Amino acid sequence: MIEFDHVTKRFGGHLVIDDLSLRIDDGEFFVLVGPSGSGKSTLLRTVNRLVPVDAGAVRIDGEDVLSRDVETLRRGIGYAIQSVGLFPHRTVGENIATVPRLLGWPEGDIRARVTELVELLRLDEPGIADRYPATLSGGQQQRVGVARALAARPRIVLMDEPFGALDPITRESLQGSLKAIQRDTGTTILFVTHDMDEAFRLGDRVALMLDGRIAQVGAPLDLLHRPANDRVRDFVGGTRARLRELAVRTVRDSMRVGEPAEGEAVDVADSLQDALAAMLAQRRDRLPVNSRGERVGAIVLADLVANGP
Amino acid sequence: MTKARHTHGVIRVAAPLAVLASLLFVLPRSGPWFHAWLPELSHPLYTRTSFGALTLAHLALVTIATLFAVAIGLGLGILATRPSGRSLLPTVRAVAVIGQTFPPVAVLAIAVPLLGFGAAPTLLALVLYGVLPVLGQTIAGLEHVPAATLHAADGMGYGRWRRLREVELPLAAGPIMAGVRLSAIVSVGTATIGSAVGATTLGSPIVEGLVGNNTAYVVQGALLVGALALSVDAVLGAIERRIRRG
Repeated sequence: MIEFDHVTKRFGGHLVIDDLSLRIDDGEFFVLVGPSGSGKSTLLRTVNRLVPVDAGAVRIDGEDVLSRDVETLRRGIGYAIQSVGLFPHRTVGENIATVPRLLGWPEGDIRARVTELVELLRLDEPGIADRYPATLSGGQQQRVGVARALAARPRIVLMDEPFGALDPITRESLQGSLKAIQRDTGTTILFVTHDMDEAFRLGDRVALMLDGRIAQVGAPLDLLHRPANDRVRDFVGGTRARLRELAVRTVRDSMRVGEPAEGEAVDVADSLQDALAAMLAQRRDRLPVNSRGERVGAIVLADLVANGP
Repeated sequence: MTKARHTHGVIRVAAPLAVLASLLFVLPRSGPWFHAWLPELSHPLYTRTSFGALTLAHLALVTIATLFAVAIGLGLGILATRPSGRSLLPTVRAVAVIGQTFPPVAVLAIAVPLLGFGAAPTLLALVLYGVLPVLGQTIAGLEHVPAATLHAADGMGYGRWRRLREVELPLAAGPIMAGVRLSAIVSVGTATIGSAVGATTLGSPIVEGLVGNNTAYVVQGALLVGALALSVDAVLGAIERRIRRG
């Protein structure tokens, strides 16, 4: 559990974080979203003490981060950043092994963990662990960055716009990998982004940050359905909010059970956005729905448009 | 690395060393040639000290001076790039540049009354001269380490000294080694002046030749200094290339 308790931070005379309180539960994928300068990265960095707070406290499991030795604290928290910051003089494998090595893991455990992460992050090009970062694509580098952040199996991982510099296809693939890993390991992830779609796709809960305060916090659908005020409404999408909503909800929520349909089936676990895309691609206004390969019902365009999901 | 490049690298190191070795072998036997070229000289071959001994003395002086220069330059460079020492940076740079603008002869002139004749004042001049290249390259190298790499290192829990040792210095090693090489080469040349105040170096035949109007001595000393400078450059250059390749 991460707890921000009336945290305040100024840079010079400028108030960056304004008396902010927030609680992030264990195992949560929590996204801080907001425009540049809203203070979200600064808030993230107060957790591993890269930024010291001026007032208030940041606590992990009830313990003030200031009471821990700073290096021990940081080695216990995963950290990934947009610019990746791989060590150019070390191989991919050595980069991933950074924190386990700082923690003094036995060499055999480190090797096994590196092999495991190379597979987990789908860095499965043969011999990639022995290559240097400069020889990798941007997407591969960020996969290594994420693997490095996860290497010592931290219970908390901080991620500062890790996918911000990647092309959309690579980004989506990495988002998928990360979400799956988080679900499997139960790691608490605090994730910063300015990309609203990314926030809604990844977050169990999302906090919209504006001017150093939390404008609203809640599940993605809460923010979409019940924006706290007009600024929040503007940020979560205005007229595009419904489109975002389709990305958050799954076919399961809106299908007509047992009804027939023609065409290529979608899966119950697909997002409604995927279903809409499939309808457009097949030029049909209803499609069959499968669950584990079995036909279970139909999804209908009119339902998406008229009733709303 | 390709075989051709490897061969090329070996030649780059071996050629100057071979020239130096040949000179050390041929020069002591070259009296008749110099006599033929300059028949008016009664002693056409420098024999006060053997060329081998002069070369070794010269190399020892340069090595010691370079070690001191590296220790001082690296230390100051690291100090000036730490958060606590960053305010020193302009001063450190200014002092090093002033050291460089001082002509070596002037340093010797000041140092002799303090340290007497011989190797000591020469060593002082060489160290003062050798510090700047190392210092400059250390600062440049450390400042060129990508900010994101340092930020990530901090975030993962590197301590300050461990970060310096395992991240910053390895990444700055190429430029630092270039500074060491420059420092050593400058020393090889400058050390010859030490013979004017009584140090035994390859400058001894040159100084004696200039004083006694003996062109043969000057040529013999100059050939060896040149070959030594190229050899030092080649060896340190090979080390630098190896470091830069990582």
